[in-house]
Order: sequence, then structure tokens, then C-alpha cells
Amino acid sequence: MRFFSFIAGPTVAALAAGFLAGLAVPAVAQTRLLNVSYDPTRELYRDYNAAFIAHWKQKTGRTIAVRQSHGGSGAQARAVIDGLEADIVTLALEADIDAIAERSGKLPADWKSRLPNNSSPYTSTIVFLVRKGNPKAIKDWDDLVKPGIVVITPNPKTSGGARWNVLAALAWAKDKYGDDEARATDLLRQLFANVPVLDTGARGSTTTFVQRRIGDVLLAWENEAFLALNELGPDKFEVVAPTVSITAEPPVALVDDNAEKHKMTEVAQAYLEYLYSADGQRIAAKHYYRPSKPELANPEDLKRFPVLKLATIEDFGGWKAAQPKYFGDGGVFDQIFRPK
Amino acid sequence: MPSERRRVELPTSESAAVRMLLIAIAVLFFGLFLVLPLVLVFAEALRGGAAGFVKAIVDPEAQAAIHLTLLIAAISVPANMIFGIAAAWAIAKHDFKGKSFVITLIDLPFSVSPVVAGLVYVLLFGAQGYFGSWLSAHGIEIIFAVPGIVLATIFVTFPFVARELIPLMQEQGTGDEEAALSLGASGFKTFWYVTLPNVKWALLYGVLLCNARAMGEFGAVAVVSGKIRGLTNTMPLHVEILYNEYAFTAAFAVASLLALLALFTLAVKALLEWRYGDQIAAGSGRH
Repeated sequence: MRFFSFIAGPTVAALAAGFLAGLAVPAVAQTRLLNVSYDPTRELYRDYNAAFIAHWKQKTGRTIAVRQSHGGSGAQARAVIDGLEADIVTLALEADIDAIAERSGKLPADWKSRLPNNSSPYTSTIVFLVRKGNPKAIKDWDDLVKPGIVVITPNPKTSGGARWNVLAALAWAKDKYGDDEARATDLLRQLFANVPVLDTGARGSTTTFVQRRIGDVLLAWENEAFLALNELGPDKFEVVAPTVSITAEPPVALVDDNAEKHKMTEVAQAYLEYLYSADGQRIAAKHYYRPSKPELANPEDLKRFPVLKLATIEDFGGWKAAQPKYFGDGGVFDQIFRPK
Repeated sequence: MPSERRRVELPTSESAAVRMLLIAIAVLFFGLFLVLPLVLVFAEALRGGAAGFVKAIVDPEAQAAIHLTLLIAAISVPANMIFGIAAAWAIAKHDFKGKSFVITLIDLPFSVSPVVAGLVYVLLFGAQGYFGSWLSAHGIEIIFAVPGIVLATIFVTFPFVARELIPLMQEQGTGDEEAALSLGASGFKTFWYVTLPNVKWALLYGVLLCNARAMGEFGAVAVVSGKIRGLTNTMPLHVEILYNEYAFTAAFAVASLLALLALFTLAVKALLEWRYGDQIAAGSGRH
């Protein structure tokens, strides 16, 4: 009998603890929206969700909660395809939402035309983050290929941000050399010869640069560069804007079938539309995303964005042409990159 | 025990210098690879003062992660305890064809990468998986919900209890059970009053190890969790999220809590060994 109390005691205690924990979890159950997003938007949506919840309460008297999931854009799209029940997706690349539409059929193929500005309430661009005082005097893309410069960027095969990095470099080459593709390819080859490590995602590269102190320059989302600057101290880093970069359009979309299943279509749609409101635009600008309607944002925030010449993905024939040409198997990136 | 006796007859013949060197190396390794990282975790956690530590722990998302981790352990540990006892009992006390194959199967989770384990469940129960459409038609959520995390955790902690029990049960043989049965005890009574008490210490070790791994598992859980904050985020996943948000103090605060849970497990083990040391020495506390 002693054995019984010996083994049953802890088991009962564990089950009781589990039961209590189980009770505590459903206690927070309420009308709940799930936003599946990519890595660098964590801080943006933390602010935005609070604003939207207040707005919705005021407008309808209903209290909702918004759940967030963050990860690499491609991985998050994969999770939604595999059944993660996102009501809305806010990802880094159009191609990732296209993949969800194509493979799961949970939203129509023409999702991009359902919201203004190609479904991108905010845009961003690619800039350089360098060590304080810019000791290697890095000003523009051609400085990155000089011998002895160590460049940090994530892997374009896995990271949406890294693809924008490559396209931004190509946009500069196009501006400089015209349509001479051989010289543009050369620039990429030399640039990636200076890259010692390819992280899988944007946040990983930022950590490599700022925490592990590897590299002279980080190619980063503008918002990511400013965030690192703010979080880790302006006394350690500087943002450098190259003369030419590219407008990145991170799109947002309603996942129709999931939202319908949860009876959340109305609130999910309102959530996306509110991104284009004065509140939404102001919060985006505050977190260093370039608002699609700058007139609605705080002018003080807008002053922080450096002025540079911006190409768009259309200059490369859109993602449908650029993706296979540069990043597909056997594409330009595969030809120029030799892992060390 | 034979090895004990030999040590008395043949004391180590190495010189004092060699012994000192070996001890120094052992202490150095122990300090460098075990103690120092643990101390650093706690030092980083308390860098922002006690207030920062408490703030990180009482944060609703951290609370939800702690609840979820305890819930997962509370489900998967008893499940693996029952499985482990059943498997060890079948393997050690009975003869059947394919026994060694079953033992190999039990070890599978040790050799398969946890990421693969997670992906297998996505392949089976994901929306595009083999049972995906049936599950979603019946409104059953497994992947990216608590059941998926429990499944992945049970998979990776599968061998702990069985692995502790099998060698001991095999060594003990079936003599005690035969005696009990010949005295007229029923099969269940024999199991409950004879077999189980004979292995209770090994069982406890297995359960403690199983529990530590269940709370700390990262890879397999990361694949099936969906990382929904406050809902399917376990403590190890929450630590990574906080770290990636530059919330280093909060990340280490949650990490230190996880380390505390592990240390608590070890402390329970040490306490039981101290309290019941004589019983353990006397061969797993035989009646």
C-alpha cells in the first residue's frame, strides 16, 4: 500500500496541476482574431492590435482579442497551408500569399486587388546598418564589394528580406550600368564573396550583426535597422542610405475560409481596412514602415526616413518573372554564390 | 558488489600529481560547461533587478506559456509512465517473437531528430496531410493546437521510462512473480504488490527525466506549435521569441524559470535518494 501513495501522490498532483492549467487557458477564450505575420513586424502589430481593439470596442461595443504568430515569411505561409488557422496573413512577400491561395485555396487568387495599394498598407526599403562612426566609410552599393568589407545578409533562398537585398543591389546596378546584366551579375558575385555567413531569416542576421558583432555592414529592412538602432543604442550603430534602393511591398490579406469558419470575416476585414486609417498609418510610420498615405502620418516620423531613389519590383518584371530568374534553382543567385 | 571489493584490494596506483591533474580537468570542465552557463542565465535574468524579473514572469504571454508547458508535462508524463511500465513489463517478463525489434522501436525517438518527429505529425495531421481533410471536416484540431504539441512531446519523451525499467526488470527475473502466483495472488495483485514496488526507484528516475525533457523540448514542438502567442507557445519557444525581440532580460528570466524547474526536479531526486538511500542500496527496496 505504501507503493500506492508513493506513486499516486505525484501523479494526482500532476494531473490536478494540469487540470487547473487547462481551466486557466479556456478562461481567456473570447472573440479571437489570429494574425500570422513575419519576423520584423512584432513591435508594429503589438501597438496596432491595441489600437484596433480599442477602436472596435468603441465602434461596436464588442471586446475582441488578437493573437499573433511570427516567423520567417516563407515558413509562416507553409504553416497556414498546413492548417494554421490564420484569419489574416501579413507577410513579407506577395509570393508567400500567392502560395497560400494556390495550395490551400482558402483565399481567391486575386486577393491582391481587394485592398488599396496592391494590398500593402505600408512599404519599406533596404538600407545599410554600419558600426558607429562608419569606420569602413560605407556609402553606397559599390563600397560593399571592396576587399576586406564583411557584409551580413540572410539567405535569399529562405528569406524574403534577403531577396529584396539582392534586388536593391541590382536596382543600383541598373541605375549605374544601364541594362548591362553581366556587370550587375559581377556586382552580386563580388558582394556575396564578402558574406561570411547566411542566416535563414532577417532577425537572425540582425542578431549576428548586433549581438555577435560579426561584419562591417548589415543589409536590412529599413524598419529593422531603425529598430536595432533604438533597442540597442544609437551610440553603437548608424543607418546609411544608399543612393538607390527598392520599394518593398509587404502585403496583407484576409484568409476567407478560415475567417468564415470562425465567423470573423467582418472583424478581420475591418482589421485590415483600419491599417489604412489615420491611426493605422500613424502607427506604421512610428515603427519605421513607410505609410502608403503619408499625409495621415505624423510629419515628425516621416522626417526620419532618408530620401533615396527607389526602384520597384515592376522594374524587374514583377515577382512572377523575378523569382525564377534570380532565386529559382539554377537561377542567378545559384550561379554566383559559392559557399565557403 | 564485485567492483567495490576490487577497489579495496587494488587501490589506484597513479601518483598524486596525475590524480590532481585528472580532478582539476574534471572540475574545470564541470565549471566551464555546466556551472558557468547556469550562473550566467540567472545573472542575465536579474540584470534588470528583481522588478524586471517579476515583470517578465507575470506578463500574460509568459503566464500562458508557463501554463501550457505544465499542462503538456502533466499529460505527456503520466501517459509515458503508463506506456513505459506496460512496455517494460511485456519485454522483461514475457518472451515473444520480435522482442528485440520492439526494444529498437522504443529507442527510435532517441535517434530521430525532433524536427523530423514534428514534421511527421504535420504530414499526418496537417491540412494537406493524410488525415487532414477528415480532421477538418469533423472540426478536430491537432496540428497548431495543444493536441499536436502533446503528441510531439510524447514522441520525444517516449523512451525515458521504459529505458529505465527494462534492464532492471530483466535483471530481477520472474522469480518473485512466480512465488506470488503460486501463493494464490491474482495477476493484477502480483503486478501491483510485487512487480511495481520492485522497480519504483527506476520508475521515479524515468519519470523525472521524462518530465525534464517534456518541459524543455524545443525542436519537435516548434514545428507543430504554430507559435500563436498566449495560446500554443511553450516556455522554450517563448524564450526564443523574447530573445529575438531584443528583450534579453525577459528572455533570460523565463529561461531561468525553466532552469529552476529542472533544478527542482534534480532536487526532488536527490532528496528521495537521501531519504530512502538504504532502500535503494538494498536492491530497489525489495519487500
